[in-house]
Amino acid sequence: MIFLQLFWTYIKIGLFGFGGGYAMLSLIQDEVVDKHGWISLQEFTDVVAISQMTPGPIGVNSATYIGYTAVHNAGYAAGLSICGSCIATFAVCLPSFILVLVISYYFNRFKQNRYVEAAFTGLRPASVGLIAAAALLLMNRGNFIDYKSFLIFGAAFILTWKFKLHPVLIIFLAGIGGLILYW
Amino acid sequence: MCWTLFLTFIRIGTFTIGGGYAMLPLIEREVVNRGWITKEDFIDLFAVAQSLPGIFAVNISIFLGYRLKGIRGSTVCALGAILPSFVIILAIALFFTQIQENVWVEKIFRGLRPAVVALIVVPCITAAQSAGLTWQTALIATAAALLIWLAGISPVYIIVVAATGGLICGLNKKKQ
Repeated sequence: MIFLQLFWTYIKIGLFGFGGGYAMLSLIQDEVVDKHGWISLQEFTDVVAISQMTPGPIGVNSATYIGYTAVHNAGYAAGLSICGSCIATFAVCLPSFILVLVISYYFNRFKQNRYVEAAFTGLRPASVGLIAAAALLLMNRGNFIDYKSFLIFGAAFILTWKFKLHPVLIIFLAGIGGLILYW
Repeated sequence: MCWTLFLTFIRIGTFTIGGGYAMLPLIEREVVNRGWITKEDFIDLFAVAQSLPGIFAVNISIFLGYRLKGIRGSTVCALGAILPSFVIILAIALFFTQIQENVWVEKIFRGLRPAVVALIVVPCITAAQSAGLTWQTALIATAAALLIWLAGISPVYIIVVAATGGLICGLNKKKQ
């Protein structure tokens, strides 16, 4: 049952995930935290942090991690949990596969399609909203436990925004910051 | 050829830390410089891959694979691009559930969580700038964010409504 749910959920994420990895976050969060309760919001934040440090797209990372954890938390053995991982990762890529193969066929017509262009006049601003929602949803008491959290947030923001530090470096520094501040 | 494609995309998947767009320069270097595809074709593929739903890096791998070697090529490229992160995350998932409760790990993650939020706020501002928001489109963005954040509406509906709204407005404008 959980395998079917995972499959269907990640098909949806693959099919409606417009606007890149960050815009996808609120969609993933809505499905796996709010709707199914497979992981907590803190755990979800941790997955995003881990994704920033490891190679690969966030969509794949989250599918692999949550596919494993959801099945594991439902009380199954490691072998079946790995199956969950495979199913979620396969499902999130499946819509892409079908769409790309169809579009490759009609590529030149799709390239300057006025319907696609028109739809994007609405989708582009909406995906800015989706990214903002992902950030707002994670600004909760679980992730911001005291004033030190706000210090780390401020420092990370300035270092990324003004000094263009690489996300991997930010995560690394924030980890050290956490160790020192919460010693 | 398929084997070379597979290895190339494994390499691309392994060395791109920090999201799909970090893959781009690497993909470009690997496939354009080898002469597998022209620079113009690559830019076209990029634009179309971007307008499709799903994971951008996966989309572009499937496109390139299909262009080069048909369905087999697309399977091989997508597998190659996904495999490194799949293996690494699976290892972390197996391991992390056991160390999660560790005090030191918890301290590190207390520091990471607010930083992650900052790492999402920055691309949000960048996306807002590159979308060239007017007050109308800024209203759409704000409404989308608030509906998801406060009203708990599924992003799926937001996407469907935004695309439909864009279609209706965009096509009406062109007729005039």
